[in-house]
Amino acid sequence: MKIHLNGEEKEIADGLSIAQLLEELQIRSGRVVVELNRDIVSREAHGSTLLKGGDALEVVHFVGGG
Amino acid sequence: MSMRLTTDQIERYSRQIMVPDLGGKGQIRLRQARVLVVGAGGLGSPAALYLAAAGIGTLGIIDPDRVELSNLQRQILHATTDIGRPKVDSAKTKLGALNPDVQIDVYPARLEDHNASEIIAGYDFVIDGSDNFPTKFLVNDTAVKLGIAFNHAGIVRLQGQTMTVIPGKSACYRCLFKEPPPPEEILSCQQAGILGAVAGTIGSIQATEAIKYLTGFEEGLLTDRLLTYDAKTMKFHSVDVKKDPGCSACGKPATTAQKLATGASGD
Repeated sequence: MKIHLNGEEKEIADGLSIAQLLEELQIRSGRVVVELNRDIVSREAHGSTLLKGGDALEVVHFVGGG
Repeated sequence: MSMRLTTDQIERYSRQIMVPDLGGKGQIRLRQARVLVVGAGGLGSPAALYLAAAGIGTLGIIDPDRVELSNLQRQILHATTDIGRPKVDSAKTKLGALNPDVQIDVYPARLEDHNASEIIAGYDFVIDGSDNFPTKFLVNDTAVKLGIAFNHAGIVRLQGQTMTVIPGKSACYRCLFKEPPPPEEILSCQQAGILGAVAGTIGSIQATEAIKYLTGFEEGLLTDRLLTYDAKTMKFHSVDVKKDPGCSACGKPATTAQKLATGASGD
């Protein structure tokens, strides 16, 4: 299925959770905030939130340098 | 402060006075404005240089550190001959030479709980160019509490991000990033590296946002969204950020009457 990841179309396996997608992308969940269809999904809910075709997902890194 | 520009000032600022969205009126507003730059480092250097060049009335610079050799690849306020000097002194020399019109107030200190409100309260806009999460959250929480607009930014490696916060109107930094990440997950410029020009891009955006805010741009500010920049792919992307009614910095706990009126059920 297709989702929009950070504004770009991406093909992912059906039924993936946010946690599984982050793992596939090798992104540590402690380093990011995830927005699904403009709502923030808490870290605790990453495992139980399943993605659907057409979802818009934003994975935003904490960036602390200056 | 005089409401009229001198002949020299009109010449100095002519190229931005010509910009229809700024004009002479905008220039006078900049002359009357006070901006605090937190951190005279990778972000604060370009931001402060552009703000001083643009004729901000008063520029405050706060930084506790001294210039080190490894700073010079990105912190363009400082030169090789400044190594060992307090960054705020080096900044004051450079900014004063660039534009003697600008009043430069320096604070050779770290922004902390005990001094943040007192320092920030004296300014119209804050540029967060700090290099750590505790300071970024402190700038957010203090500015939100005092109702002072600011621009957040962060940089690491080939990435940057920035957003503008207008307290009472737009989402704040904490609406998106609830709290600092666990220490073991943090990548600092010191540990992870940063390309100097990336700091320049984001610091310039910070100065642009300050100028837009101070000269009265009502549309087009970087509010309610976080702009991300990836120099590796050379892509900018805007992430919508919603104001969180339950935000611990800018949210107001709803009263019982409001809850009844909206039929809210503890969402």
